[in-house]
Amino acid sequence: MLEVVNLACSRGEHQLFSGLSFTVKPGELLRVEGANGRGKTTLLRALCGIMMPVSGSVKWQGKDISELAEAYCRDLLYLGHLNAIKDELNALENMQISCSLAGMPANDAELVAAIRRIGLKGRETFPVKSLSQGQRRRVALSRLLLSNARLWILDEPLAALDTGAVRLIQDIIHEHLVKGGMVIYTTHQSLNVEGVDARSLVLT
Amino acid sequence: MAINWFKYSAPSSFYALAGKLIPWFAWPAGVLTLAGLYIGFFVAPTDAVQSEAYRIIFIHVPASILSMFIYLVMAGYAALGLIFNTRLSSMMATALAPSGALMAFISLWTGALWGKPMWGTWWVWDARLTSELILLFLYLGFISLQASIEDPRRADRAGALLAIVGSVNVPIIYFSVQWWNTLHQGATMKLTGTSMHIAMQQAMFTMFFALWMYVIAIALSRVRSIILEREKNSQWVAELKEVGQ
Amino acid sequence: MNSMTIFGLVRLVIGRDVKLAMRRRADVLTILIFFVMIVSLFPLAVGSEVDLLRKMAPGVVWVAALLSSMLSLGRMFSADYLDGTLEQMLLVPQSFSMLVLSKIAAHWLMSGVPLVLIAPILGLQFDMPVESLLVLVVALLLGTPVLSMIGAVGAALTLGLRGGGVLVSLLVLPLCIPVLIFGTSAVSAITEGTNPLPNLALLGAILLGSVVFSPWVAAQALKISME
Repeated sequence: MLEVVNLACSRGEHQLFSGLSFTVKPGELLRVEGANGRGKTTLLRALCGIMMPVSGSVKWQGKDISELAEAYCRDLLYLGHLNAIKDELNALENMQISCSLAGMPANDAELVAAIRRIGLKGRETFPVKSLSQGQRRRVALSRLLLSNARLWILDEPLAALDTGAVRLIQDIIHEHLVKGGMVIYTTHQSLNVEGVDARSLVLT
Repeated sequence: MAINWFKYSAPSSFYALAGKLIPWFAWPAGVLTLAGLYIGFFVAPTDAVQSEAYRIIFIHVPASILSMFIYLVMAGYAALGLIFNTRLSSMMATALAPSGALMAFISLWTGALWGKPMWGTWWVWDARLTSELILLFLYLGFISLQASIEDPRRADRAGALLAIVGSVNVPIIYFSVQWWNTLHQGATMKLTGTSMHIAMQQAMFTMFFALWMYVIAIALSRVRSIILEREKNSQWVAELKEVGQ
Repeated sequence: MNSMTIFGLVRLVIGRDVKLAMRRRADVLTILIFFVMIVSLFPLAVGSEVDLLRKMAPGVVWVAALLSSMLSLGRMFSADYLDGTLEQMLLVPQSFSMLVLSKIAAHWLMSGVPLVLIAPILGLQFDMPVESLLVLVVALLLGTPVLSMIGAVGAALTLGLRGGGVLVSLLVLPLCIPVLIFGTSAVSAITEGTNPLPNLALLGAILLGSVVFSPWVAAQALKISME
């Protein structure tokens, strides 16, 4: 369970939000909403522990994430709005490295299966340079298929995706939630995941 | 007399306190400078070996000592700011840096002025002069790093880390320069060779305290400007008389 | 659950960075050519008198190495920062300092080692005797990793800043002075017929100190810069 208590964050000298408290329990889906510049990305980064909040705390299973450090990282999958993939490498190499770094090495067969399911069949060994924006996003998203992290924090996962891919991501998120996972995400498009506890948090 | 020091760790109250303190340092600085220069130029006797040229040490030596001392104080404040997240300490570090650089610069300049009549050359690769030059580089690095970061929190913390790394490295650098100097048999600046006349000591100490008071006064007034700049959107700044409309 | 050992992480990160560098071989070569050019410019500037050149050689090679390593610092973290990979690396469930140390090691392999390998050939241009060349190589082997490590701190502090390239040199060069002094003194010592070991030992001590502290400092700097 993720617990946020009285969180306040600022960018530079400018306060983005304060007094933010909420919890996310297993099987729950939380959408963070708000206009541009309201601090959605900052909130997600603070939840990951990349950004230090001005005040307040983020707790995972009852413990502060700054104390948990590496143990928390093991339970967490974060997808920023940058894809974190290397242009010089192909999709398969990218996935090999990012999965191993996240502490969940997968063999080539699993990786290829994931890349195919995400809709890049036949492009496993294309250099990422030659892929389109949407296809690059798909490479980044294929990490979701191989992850055993309980908490997913996704910043604009649907950016640059076509409707088919959006449906696929909905399915993947649904599977994760049914297994007792948690998802916190931001989006400007709508994401309909059926039969799960979906909530919204609006930053004003 | 119990003063609640923590009250003054808030920028708003420190702003007022610093304003009251500045004259208490600025006036002594002025008076001591005049006294120090008087003793240095009129009371202290002419040196047997170096004749009149030696009198530059009354500025040179205090400036060099202060330049090193300020770096340590600056790194100390910066470290406090980094570890305890006290914004005021980081602001003090930022405020001290230009004064430290100025002292290092004065020390180099006066060293050169002294070197010309003594050695017949403006610059000698003497261990102490070289270390002072590197110290000036360290100050300039700190100032330019902070100047190029826009987010003040990042500027404070990045600067602090650099100052700490710098202060750990200063002894190593100093040692390596000494090592290099003995290898190359360079000239050594001997300012305090034979027993110093009592008036010389007095002049040097007076000038040391004068510069010290000056640095405190100027750093306090600089920290006031930094506080105003950082807090320009806050209520208490808007209510200040001197800010006005 | 599959968890990665520290050793696995080090191997993975070094392997990744070396692979990436090999896909952009031109960058590695550019630094090397820069190094060769700087060294070759000196005789043109000061004249071709053999005695003078022999005396200057260690200093010239070291200064050129220092400048070339400054040039390559920009690449150490900025590519990973710009595409979001560095953010993911912060979230790796392992010691971030070890990850940074691995990145530094990879950087040294790709920018320091080529300099060490080519330095003896440049030394010949300056008519350096064989034993001096040997000491030069050993000194560079001990010193260039330190340049990468101190450089990593500077690169981390200036991550994503305008004009970061010049700024990083301003921050890092003064801190590299001890390496420069001990590195050149070792070579001068052997040329003058004295024992180069004290200098090499001091370089080694600096190397050990940097290995212990600099990855942690660079890791903190990266955390500060990425907020």
